[in-house]
Amino acid sequence: MIVLKDVSKIYTMGDTQLRALDHANMHIRQGEFVSIIGPSGSGKSTLMNIVGCLDLADEGEYYLDGIEIRKYSEDRLAEVRSKKIGFIFQNFNLIGRMSAWDNVELPLIYQRVPAQQRKERVEEALRRVQLYERRRHRPNELSGGQQQRVAIARAIAAQPSIFLADEPTGNLDSRTGEEIMGIFHEMHAAGGTIVLITHDSGVAAQAQRQIAIRDGHVQEV
Amino acid sequence: MIIQSLKMAWESVRSNKMRSFLTMLGIIIGVFSLVVLVSLIDGATSSITGSIATLGSSSLNINIMDDKGRPLSQEDLESLCGNGAIEWVSPSGSSAFSIRCGHKEDSVNVTGVNQYYAQIEQLESAAGRMLQVPDIDNHLDVAVVNEDIAKDLMGFSRVQDAVGGEIVIDGRPFTVIGVIRNTTDSGIASFMGVQYAAYIPHTTFIRLPSARTTKITSFTLSAKNGDLEQAQEDIGQFLLERFDNDEDAFYVMNFQSILDAMGSVNGTLSLVMGGVAAISLLVGGIGIMNIMLVSVTERTREIGIRKAIGAGRKVILLQFLIEALMISLIGCGIGIFLSWLALQVISAVAAASSATITFGLSARVVIISTAFSTGIGLLFGLYPANKAASMKPIDALRYNG
Repeated sequence: MIVLKDVSKIYTMGDTQLRALDHANMHIRQGEFVSIIGPSGSGKSTLMNIVGCLDLADEGEYYLDGIEIRKYSEDRLAEVRSKKIGFIFQNFNLIGRMSAWDNVELPLIYQRVPAQQRKERVEEALRRVQLYERRRHRPNELSGGQQQRVAIARAIAAQPSIFLADEPTGNLDSRTGEEIMGIFHEMHAAGGTIVLITHDSGVAAQAQRQIAIRDGHVQEV
Repeated sequence: MIIQSLKMAWESVRSNKMRSFLTMLGIIIGVFSLVVLVSLIDGATSSITGSIATLGSSSLNINIMDDKGRPLSQEDLESLCGNGAIEWVSPSGSSAFSIRCGHKEDSVNVTGVNQYYAQIEQLESAAGRMLQVPDIDNHLDVAVVNEDIAKDLMGFSRVQDAVGGEIVIDGRPFTVIGVIRNTTDSGIASFMGVQYAAYIPHTTFIRLPSARTTKITSFTLSAKNGDLEQAQEDIGQFLLERFDNDEDAFYVMNFQSILDAMGSVNGTLSLVMGGVAAISLLVGGIGIMNIMLVSVTERTREIGIRKAIGAGRKVILLQFLIEALMISLIGCGIGIFLSWLALQVISAVAAASSATITFGLSARVVIISTAFSTGIGLLFGLYPANKAASMKPIDALRYNG
């Protein structure tokens, strides 16, 4: 499903070159629940941006569902993100002006899903995270845990190939974090492919498989 | 997708009410001034041209200032008829007289004419008959009056009843033989207070006790096939020969040429005023661009989120473009509504002061201002929208504003 071959990402700051990713190799199969663990500055976010098609690798090859990603134009990348990747961010990244329902519906609009089908999928996703009753609330009227659940519902509704979660519990207290992890386990049980990026070994340990990243190097734990 | 973009744009316009309104204000004022100015000019133009037309755009009026001791006679005018392009000729000397009907008295514009006058000025008969040759030849005390005299002064609700009635002009009793429809009931004529008009034989006119002259100092003529220009040339030729080639001895007034001149003046005026208003619309457009740029910067993070969950360049571009367009078109709508309101008020005030000018919203100016607002929304929305669309998703997501 996800294959990285010798992927490097190089940032140039003045005279110094920083290899945020250094010949990284990774293989994630469909239905897996994988955590990527590493301290801050290890290249986690760079890896996530490349896997999530938000950024392109400078060297190496990246295959998502068997298609090489680096040849794509920006609009095509947006389409790939829209159909294949469900992001879950540390700071939720919901749109503040819009209700929970509208936030969840947004990716479906970009996928051009017909209105009736959209309605069904949004409702189902909100029910799965138990926030259907709060669908008219805006993000600032919800707690942190609830906001993250809306963000998860947004990812679920889009029916992506993989869920890409970047420190999903980082801004939450430990009890709420457990709840969120519970939802991830449910999603995995329902057949979802999950890539979870974290610096918390306790969270990482809940995955089927752990991949460690340090100074741009990737290795199986 | 378009419907969703419209909905989102509306949400965004609504969530910043004050800012959206202030941005719209530029467009509102621009459209308002454009529509009101052009409509006022249009209304005034049509009113003035309308009244000039009723004064007789189908005829030429000639005034003689210096007759060199050889005044024109009734016979001279008769012999001019059918000469070259000249069709009919009639004296048209007029004065304001006090007219009495029973115990009512008012000032009336009395014109001394011959049997051709009604045809030349295309007067329409409402009752009775027009002046005829025997009336002229025998300088009878008969008069054709307009409907206003029959109704207001003589007090007949049915104008037919006025025929055979009596009015006193300059102390002499006249028999009313016919009633014509009002011709001078609109625009400039009513401004000048010309409401009552009576026509009597020219021969009688010069015999009125307070007549100032017995000479023909002004006359009017019509042209064959409406060829006023040729008729103007012919009558000019004739008068030049008669008055020792003195161009200042007489003046030929051609209402059609006045109308044409006025038309071009008004066209220029519309253009200049429209141009000034268009500049204020342009300024409004710059306001839109400014606020859209602020909005794009403020919503950098939102743009990043949208891109991360699958919005392409085109989608973001469309969204911000629609937002700019929405602001300018809502502003345009409000501007048109306000100018409609203002024109209603102005028309009501004009009507209250008994002027019959109406200022309507012309479809032309509404279409022009809508098109202009659309253009401005697109033009000034494009740059901010493009800026939003070309943001890189990771940079936008990382932005902390």
